[in-house]
Amino acid sequence: MNNRLINWFKFASPQSFYPLAGKLIPLFWALTAIFGIAGLWISFFVAPTDAVQGEGYRIIFIHVPASWMSMFIYLVMAAWAGLGLALNTRLSGMMAQALAPTGALMAFLSLWTGALWGKPMWGTWWVWDARLTSELILFFLYIGFIALQAAIDDPRRADKAGAILALVGVVNVPIIYFSVKWWNTLHQGASVSLAKSPSMAQTMLWGMLIMALCFWMYSIAVALMRARAIILEREIHTEWARALPEVKE
Amino acid sequence: MKPRHKRAALILGGLAAFGIATAFVMNALDSNIALYVTPSEVVDGKIPQSKAFRIGGMVKDGSLRRDNLTVHFIITDTLKDVPVAYTGILPDLFKEGKGAVVQGRLNESGDFVATEVLAKHDENYMPPEAQHALDQAQKAQETLKP
Repeated sequence: MNNRLINWFKFASPQSFYPLAGKLIPLFWALTAIFGIAGLWISFFVAPTDAVQGEGYRIIFIHVPASWMSMFIYLVMAAWAGLGLALNTRLSGMMAQALAPTGALMAFLSLWTGALWGKPMWGTWWVWDARLTSELILFFLYIGFIALQAAIDDPRRADKAGAILALVGVVNVPIIYFSVKWWNTLHQGASVSLAKSPSMAQTMLWGMLIMALCFWMYSIAVALMRARAIILEREIHTEWARALPEVKE
Repeated sequence: MKPRHKRAALILGGLAAFGIATAFVMNALDSNIALYVTPSEVVDGKIPQSKAFRIGGMVKDGSLRRDNLTVHFIITDTLKDVPVAYTGILPDLFKEGKGAVVQGRLNESGDFVATEVLAKHDENYMPPEAQHALDQAQKAQETLKP
Protein backbone atom coordinates (compact mmCIF):
# COMPACT_ATOMS: atom_id res chain seq x y z
CA MET A 1 0.00 0.00 0.00
CA ASN A 2 2.85 2.36 0.76
CA ASN A 3 4.54 2.25 -2.62
CA ARG A 4 1.83 4.41 -4.14
CA LEU A 5 2.57 8.02 -5.00
CA ILE A 6 -0.15 9.32 -2.69
CA ASN A 7 -1.52 7.21 0.09
CA TRP A 8 -5.23 7.98 -0.27
CA PHE A 9 -6.16 6.02 2.80
CA LYS A 10 -4.11 8.36 4.92
CA PHE A 11 -6.43 11.25 4.02
CA ALA A 12 -9.51 9.22 4.83
CA SER A 13 -8.92 10.02 8.49
CA PRO A 14 -10.21 13.38 9.70
CA GLN A 15 -6.96 14.03 11.54
CA SER A 16 -4.85 14.13 8.38
CA PHE A 17 -7.59 15.53 6.15
CA TYR A 18 -8.10 18.57 8.34
CA PRO A 19 -4.69 20.19 7.70
CA LEU A 20 -4.73 19.14 4.03
CA ALA A 21 -8.08 20.89 3.52
CA GLY A 22 -6.69 23.91 5.30
CA LYS A 23 -3.83 24.10 2.85
CA LEU A 24 -6.06 23.62 -0.21
CA ILE A 25 -8.75 26.17 0.65
CA PRO A 26 -6.75 29.35 -0.24
CA LEU A 27 -5.72 27.73 -3.53
CA PHE A 28 -9.31 27.05 -4.51
CA TRP A 29 -10.44 30.52 -3.47
CA ALA A 30 -7.70 32.03 -5.64
CA LEU A 31 -8.83 29.93 -8.60
CA THR A 32 -12.45 30.95 -7.95
CA ALA A 33 -11.43 34.60 -8.14
CA ILE A 34 -9.38 34.15 -11.31
CA PHE A 35 -12.00 32.17 -13.19
CA GLY A 36 -14.76 34.37 -11.81
CA ILE A 37 -13.20 37.60 -13.04
CA ALA A 38 -12.27 36.13 -16.42
CA GLY A 39 -15.67 34.47 -16.81
CA LEU A 40 -17.66 37.56 -15.87
CA TRP A 41 -15.50 39.73 -18.12
CA ILE A 42 -16.23 37.48 -21.10
CA SER A 43 -19.89 37.13 -20.13
CA PHE A 44 -20.62 40.82 -19.89
CA PHE A 45 -18.16 42.53 -22.22
CA VAL A 46 -16.83 40.09 -24.79
CA ALA A 47 -19.67 37.71 -25.61
CA PRO A 48 -21.93 39.03 -28.38
CA THR A 49 -25.62 39.71 -28.00
CA ASP A 50 -27.84 36.81 -28.97
CA ALA A 51 -29.72 37.17 -32.25
CA VAL A 52 -33.09 36.11 -30.86
CA GLN A 53 -33.02 36.74 -27.12
CA GLY A 54 -31.03 39.97 -27.00
CA GLU A 55 -29.15 40.63 -23.75
CA GLY A 56 -31.42 38.40 -21.71
CA TYR A 57 -29.57 35.30 -22.78
CA ARG A 58 -26.64 36.29 -20.54
CA ILE A 59 -28.41 34.51 -17.70
CA ILE A 60 -26.91 31.29 -19.07
CA PHE A 61 -23.52 32.29 -17.69
CA ILE A 62 -24.96 31.71 -14.22
CA HIS A 63 -27.86 29.40 -14.98
CA VAL A 64 -26.04 26.65 -16.85
CA PRO A 65 -23.02 26.35 -14.50
CA ALA A 66 -25.35 26.38 -11.50
CA SER A 67 -27.50 23.64 -13.01
CA TRP A 68 -24.49 21.52 -13.88
CA MET A 69 -23.09 21.94 -10.38
CA SER A 70 -26.41 21.12 -8.73
CA MET A 71 -26.47 17.76 -10.53
CA PHE A 72 -22.77 17.01 -10.19
CA ILE A 73 -22.60 17.89 -6.49
CA TYR A 74 -25.50 15.52 -5.90
CA LEU A 75 -23.62 12.70 -7.62
CA VAL A 76 -20.51 13.40 -5.54
CA MET A 77 -22.58 13.63 -2.37
CA ALA A 78 -24.28 10.33 -3.13
CA ALA A 79 -20.92 8.73 -3.90
CA TRP A 80 -19.55 9.85 -0.54
CA ALA A 81 -22.72 8.62 1.14
CA GLY A 82 -22.44 5.20 -0.53
CA LEU A 83 -18.76 4.99 0.36
CA GLY A 84 -19.61 5.81 3.95
CA LEU A 85 -22.26 3.10 4.10
CA ALA A 86 -20.01 0.47 2.56
CA LEU A 87 -16.71 1.24 4.28
CA ASN A 88 -17.95 2.80 7.51
CA THR A 89 -15.45 5.63 7.19
CA ARG A 90 -16.05 8.72 9.26
CA LEU A 91 -14.94 11.28 6.73
CA SER A 92 -17.43 10.18 4.04
CA GLY A 93 -20.45 11.25 6.03
CA MET A 94 -18.83 14.56 6.86
CA MET A 95 -18.07 15.23 3.20
CA ALA A 96 -21.64 14.43 2.18
CA GLN A 97 -22.90 16.76 4.88
CA ALA A 98 -20.46 19.46 3.78
CA LEU A 99 -21.57 19.30 0.15
CA ALA A 100 -25.33 19.41 0.67
CA PRO A 101 -25.84 23.15 1.36
CA THR A 102 -23.75 24.14 -1.66
CA GLY A 103 -25.74 21.73 -3.83
CA ALA A 104 -28.97 23.17 -2.52
CA LEU A 105 -27.74 26.67 -3.27
CA MET A 106 -26.87 25.67 -6.84
CA ALA A 107 -30.24 24.02 -7.40
CA PHE A 108 -31.96 27.12 -6.05
CA LEU A 109 -29.87 29.42 -8.26
CA SER A 110 -30.68 27.28 -11.26
CA LEU A 111 -34.43 27.44 -10.59
CA TRP A 112 -34.40 31.13 -9.75
CA THR A 113 -32.35 32.32 -12.73
CA GLY A 114 -34.39 30.02 -14.96
CA ALA A 115 -37.59 31.67 -13.77
CA LEU A 116 -36.15 35.14 -14.35
CA TRP A 117 -35.26 34.13 -17.91
CA GLY A 118 -38.49 32.24 -18.50
CA LYS A 119 -40.79 35.19 -17.89
CA PRO A 120 -39.54 37.40 -20.75
CA MET A 121 -38.58 34.58 -23.13
CA TRP A 122 -41.23 31.91 -22.72
CA GLY A 123 -43.87 34.17 -21.23
CA THR A 124 -44.11 32.34 -17.90
CA TRP A 125 -42.12 32.04 -14.67
CA TRP A 126 -42.80 28.38 -14.31
CA VAL A 127 -44.30 25.40 -16.12
CA TRP A 128 -44.58 21.88 -14.78
CA ASP A 129 -42.48 20.35 -17.52
CA ALA A 130 -40.17 17.40 -16.87
CA ARG A 131 -36.93 19.40 -16.71
CA LEU A 132 -38.19 22.07 -14.32
CA THR A 133 -40.06 19.65 -12.11
CA SER A 134 -37.18 17.20 -11.76
CA GLU A 135 -34.80 20.05 -10.90
CA LEU A 136 -37.27 21.19 -8.24
CA ILE A 137 -37.29 17.64 -6.86
CA LEU A 138 -33.49 17.78 -6.74
CA PHE A 139 -33.74 20.95 -4.66
CA PHE A 140 -36.18 19.24 -2.29
CA LEU A 141 -33.85 16.22 -2.05
CA TYR A 142 -31.05 18.50 -0.88
CA ILE A 143 -33.33 20.19 1.63
CA GLY A 144 -34.60 16.80 2.79
CA PHE A 145 -31.06 15.50 3.22
CA ILE A 146 -30.05 18.53 5.28
CA ALA A 147 -33.19 18.33 7.41
CA LEU A 148 -32.89 14.58 7.99
CA GLN A 149 -29.27 14.87 9.05
CA ALA A 150 -30.01 17.76 11.34
CA ALA A 151 -32.94 15.93 12.92
CA ILE A 152 -30.88 13.00 14.24
CA ASP A 153 -28.57 13.79 17.14
CA ASP A 154 -26.14 10.89 16.83
CA PRO A 155 -23.91 11.87 13.89
CA ARG A 156 -23.21 8.26 12.83
CA ARG A 157 -26.90 7.45 12.61
CA ALA A 158 -27.58 10.78 10.96
CA ASP A 159 -24.97 9.95 8.33
CA LYS A 160 -26.53 6.56 7.65
CA ALA A 161 -30.07 7.90 7.33
CA GLY A 162 -28.87 10.75 5.13
CA ALA A 163 -26.82 8.37 3.00
CA ILE A 164 -29.84 6.22 2.19
CA LEU A 165 -31.86 9.28 1.21
CA ALA A 166 -28.99 10.56 -0.93
CA LEU A 167 -28.62 7.21 -2.68
CA VAL A 168 -32.33 6.84 -3.37
CA GLY A 169 -32.41 10.34 -4.81
CA VAL A 170 -29.58 9.66 -7.22
CA VAL A 171 -31.98 8.23 -9.82
CA ASN A 172 -33.31 11.75 -10.22
CA VAL A 173 -30.05 13.06 -11.70
CA PRO A 174 -30.20 11.16 -15.03
CA ILE A 175 -33.90 12.03 -15.19
CA ILE A 176 -33.03 15.74 -14.99
CA TYR A 177 -30.28 15.42 -17.54
CA PHE A 178 -32.19 13.41 -20.12
CA SER A 179 -35.64 14.87 -19.47
CA VAL A 180 -35.38 17.22 -22.44
CA LYS A 181 -34.58 14.25 -24.65
CA TRP A 182 -37.07 11.71 -23.33
CA TRP A 183 -40.16 13.90 -23.14
CA ASN A 184 -41.33 17.00 -24.90
CA THR A 185 -40.64 19.89 -22.58
CA LEU A 186 -40.78 23.65 -22.80
CA HIS A 187 -37.15 23.74 -21.72
CA GLN A 188 -34.79 23.61 -24.71
CA GLY A 189 -32.43 20.72 -25.35
CA ALA A 190 -28.78 20.73 -24.38
CA SER A 191 -26.63 23.30 -26.19
CA VAL A 192 -23.46 21.63 -24.96
CA SER A 193 -23.07 17.88 -24.68
CA LEU A 194 -20.47 15.22 -25.23
CA ALA A 195 -22.39 13.70 -28.11
CA LYS A 196 -22.35 16.65 -30.51
CA SER A 197 -20.56 19.89 -31.17
CA PRO A 198 -21.96 22.80 -29.16
CA SER A 199 -24.71 24.84 -30.79
CA MET A 200 -23.57 28.22 -29.57
CA ALA A 201 -21.08 30.89 -30.61
CA GLN A 202 -17.46 30.33 -29.54
CA THR A 203 -17.12 33.27 -27.15
CA MET A 204 -20.45 32.51 -25.48
CA LEU A 205 -19.32 28.95 -24.99
CA TRP A 206 -15.99 30.03 -23.51
CA GLY A 207 -17.68 32.41 -21.12
CA MET A 208 -19.98 29.65 -19.96
CA LEU A 209 -17.22 27.07 -19.53
CA ILE A 210 -14.99 29.47 -17.57
CA MET A 211 -17.93 30.39 -15.36
CA ALA A 212 -18.51 26.66 -14.85
CA LEU A 213 -14.88 26.30 -13.73
CA CYS A 214 -15.38 29.21 -11.34
CA PHE A 215 -18.44 27.47 -9.86
CA TRP A 216 -16.43 24.27 -9.51
CA MET A 217 -13.65 25.99 -7.61
CA TYR A 218 -16.12 27.88 -5.43
CA SER A 219 -17.99 24.68 -4.57
CA ILE A 220 -14.78 22.85 -3.65
CA ALA A 221 -13.50 25.74 -1.53
CA VAL A 222 -16.76 26.13 0.36
CA ALA A 223 -17.22 22.38 0.83
CA LEU A 224 -13.71 22.06 2.25
CA MET A 225 -14.30 24.93 4.66
CA ARG A 226 -17.55 23.37 5.78
CA ALA A 227 -15.87 19.96 6.10
CA ARG A 228 -13.25 21.46 8.39
CA ALA A 229 -15.92 22.97 10.59
CA ILE A 230 -17.76 19.64 10.74
CA ILE A 231 -14.55 17.78 11.60
CA LEU A 232 -13.85 20.17 14.47
CA GLU A 233 -17.39 19.84 15.71
CA ARG A 234 -17.40 16.07 15.69
CA GLU A 235 -13.83 15.39 16.72
CA ILE A 236 -13.52 17.99 19.43
CA HIS A 237 -13.24 15.27 22.08
CA THR A 238 -10.01 13.93 20.51
CA GLU A 239 -6.56 14.88 21.60
CA TRP A 240 -5.33 16.05 18.19
CA ALA A 241 -8.30 18.38 17.74
CA ARG A 242 -7.79 19.90 21.18
CA ALA A 243 -4.12 20.45 20.41
CA LEU A 244 -4.93 22.56 17.35
CA PRO A 245 -3.85 26.18 17.79
CA GLU A 246 -7.25 27.51 16.62
CA VAL A 247 -9.03 25.41 19.25
CA LYS A 248 -6.68 26.12 22.15
CA GLU A 249 -7.26 29.84 22.24
CA MET B 1 -16.64 -11.95 1.19
CA LYS B 2 -15.71 -9.26 3.64
CA PRO B 3 -18.54 -7.35 5.34
CA ARG B 4 -17.68 -4.18 3.46
CA HIS B 5 -17.90 -6.01 0.15
CA LYS B 6 -21.25 -7.36 1.18
CA ARG B 7 -22.48 -3.88 2.06
CA ALA B 8 -21.15 -2.46 -1.21
CA ALA B 9 -22.90 -5.21 -3.17
CA LEU B 10 -26.10 -4.55 -1.23
CA ILE B 11 -25.93 -0.83 -2.02
CA LEU B 12 -25.22 -1.36 -5.71
CA GLY B 13 -27.90 -4.05 -5.97
CA GLY B 14 -30.40 -1.83 -4.20
CA LEU B 15 -29.56 1.10 -6.46
CA ALA B 16 -29.91 -1.03 -9.58
CA ALA B 17 -33.26 -2.44 -8.44
CA PHE B 18 -34.53 1.01 -7.54
CA GLY B 19 -33.29 2.40 -10.84
CA ILE B 20 -35.11 -0.27 -12.83
CA ALA B 21 -38.29 0.29 -10.83
CA THR B 22 -38.08 4.01 -11.54
CA ALA B 23 -37.50 3.34 -15.23
CA PHE B 24 -40.71 1.26 -15.34
CA VAL B 25 -42.69 3.93 -13.54
CA MET B 26 -41.38 6.64 -15.85
CA ASN B 27 -42.19 4.48 -18.84
CA ALA B 28 -45.73 3.98 -17.60
CA LEU B 29 -46.18 7.69 -16.93
CA ASP B 30 -44.69 8.62 -20.28
CA SER B 31 -47.63 10.44 -21.81
CA ASN B 32 -48.45 12.19 -18.53
CA ILE B 33 -44.98 13.63 -18.20
CA ALA B 34 -45.05 15.15 -21.66
CA LEU B 35 -45.85 18.84 -21.40
CA TYR B 36 -47.70 19.00 -24.67
CA VAL B 37 -49.11 16.95 -27.54
CA THR B 38 -48.37 17.39 -31.22
CA PRO B 39 -50.81 18.81 -33.79
CA SER B 40 -50.92 15.39 -35.49
CA GLU B 41 -52.24 13.78 -32.32
CA VAL B 42 -54.91 16.46 -32.06
CA VAL B 43 -56.06 16.13 -35.68
CA ASP B 44 -56.09 12.35 -35.39
CA GLY B 45 -58.47 12.68 -32.45
CA LYS B 46 -56.22 11.07 -29.86
CA ILE B 47 -56.94 13.85 -27.38
CA PRO B 48 -60.08 13.96 -25.23
CA GLN B 49 -62.09 16.96 -26.42
CA SER B 50 -63.52 17.95 -23.06
CA LYS B 51 -60.27 18.73 -21.26
CA ALA B 52 -57.85 21.64 -21.55
CA PHE B 53 -54.45 20.60 -22.87
CA ARG B 54 -51.30 21.96 -24.46
CA ILE B 55 -50.18 21.70 -28.07
CA GLY B 56 -46.55 22.20 -29.02
CA GLY B 57 -45.23 22.86 -32.49
CA MET B 58 -44.11 25.49 -34.97
CA VAL B 59 -46.02 28.64 -35.74
CA LYS B 60 -46.65 28.21 -39.45
CA ASP B 61 -44.96 30.77 -41.69
CA GLY B 62 -47.39 33.41 -42.95
CA SER B 63 -50.26 32.21 -40.79
CA LEU B 64 -50.15 34.98 -38.18
CA ARG B 65 -53.17 37.29 -38.47
CA ARG B 66 -54.32 39.97 -36.04
CA ASP B 67 -58.00 40.67 -35.55
CA ASN B 68 -58.40 43.44 -32.95
CA LEU B 69 -56.93 42.00 -29.77
CA THR B 70 -57.16 38.42 -30.93
CA VAL B 71 -54.33 36.78 -32.81
CA HIS B 72 -54.93 33.88 -35.11
CA PHE B 73 -52.19 31.55 -36.20
CA ILE B 74 -51.65 27.97 -37.21
CA ILE B 75 -49.56 25.62 -35.13
CA THR B 76 -48.03 22.78 -37.07
CA ASP B 77 -45.65 19.85 -36.83
CA THR B 78 -45.22 20.04 -40.64
CA LEU B 79 -47.63 17.09 -41.04
CA LYS B 80 -50.86 18.42 -39.57
CA ASP B 81 -52.10 21.93 -38.76
CA VAL B 82 -54.25 23.23 -35.93
CA PRO B 83 -55.70 26.75 -36.13
CA VAL B 84 -55.30 28.69 -32.87
CA ALA B 85 -57.02 31.82 -31.60
CA TYR B 86 -55.59 33.73 -28.66
CA THR B 87 -56.45 36.99 -26.92
CA GLY B 88 -53.62 38.38 -24.85
CA ILE B 89 -49.98 39.36 -24.84
CA LEU B 90 -47.56 37.22 -26.80
CA PRO B 91 -44.08 36.54 -25.37
CA ASP B 92 -41.09 38.29 -26.98
CA LEU B 93 -39.77 35.16 -28.64
CA PHE B 94 -43.08 34.32 -30.30
CA LYS B 95 -42.49 34.39 -34.05
CA GLU B 96 -43.60 32.73 -37.25
CA GLY B 97 -41.47 29.70 -38.01
CA LYS B 98 -40.45 29.33 -34.35
CA GLY B 99 -41.61 26.91 -31.69
CA ALA B 100 -44.54 27.66 -29.40
CA VAL B 101 -46.63 25.86 -26.79
CA VAL B 102 -50.31 26.83 -26.51
CA GLN B 103 -52.68 25.89 -23.72
CA GLY B 104 -56.45 25.84 -24.05
CA ARG B 105 -59.23 23.69 -25.48
CA LEU B 106 -60.84 22.88 -28.81
CA ASN B 107 -64.15 24.51 -29.71
CA GLU B 108 -66.92 22.85 -31.74
CA SER B 109 -65.46 23.84 -35.11
CA GLY B 110 -62.09 22.26 -34.33
CA ASP B 111 -60.32 25.53 -33.63
CA PHE B 112 -58.07 25.71 -30.62
CA VAL B 113 -58.92 28.55 -28.25
CA ALA B 114 -55.79 29.28 -26.27
CA THR B 115 -55.69 30.75 -22.78
CA GLU B 116 -51.90 30.85 -22.65
CA VAL B 117 -49.22 31.04 -25.34
CA LEU B 118 -45.61 30.26 -24.51
CA ALA B 119 -42.65 30.65 -26.85
CA LYS B 120 -40.26 27.73 -27.03
CA HIS B 121 -36.64 28.62 -27.50
CA ASP B 122 -34.25 26.21 -29.22
CA GLU B 123 -30.76 25.35 -28.03
CA ASN B 124 -29.00 27.62 -30.54
CA TYR B 125 -27.22 30.71 -29.29
CA MET B 126 -25.58 32.96 -31.83
CA PRO B 127 -24.80 36.63 -32.45
CA PRO B 128 -26.99 38.57 -34.94
CA GLU B 129 -24.28 38.52 -37.64
CA ALA B 130 -24.12 34.73 -37.58
CA GLN B 131 -27.91 34.53 -37.71
CA HIS B 132 -27.88 36.89 -40.68
CA ALA B 133 -25.27 34.81 -42.51
CA LEU B 134 -27.31 31.70 -41.83
CA ASP B 135 -30.47 33.30 -43.20
CA GLN B 136 -28.61 34.42 -46.32
CA ALA B 137 -27.25 30.94 -46.90
CA GLN B 138 -30.72 29.47 -46.51
CA LYS B 139 -32.18 31.97 -48.95
CA ALA B 140 -29.44 31.23 -51.48
CA GLN B 141 -30.16 27.55 -51.20
CA GLU B 142 -33.88 28.08 -51.71
CA THR B 143 -33.35 30.15 -54.86
CA LEU B 144 -31.05 27.49 -56.23
CA LYS B 145 -33.77 24.90 -55.95
CA PRO B 146 -35.75 24.39 -59.18
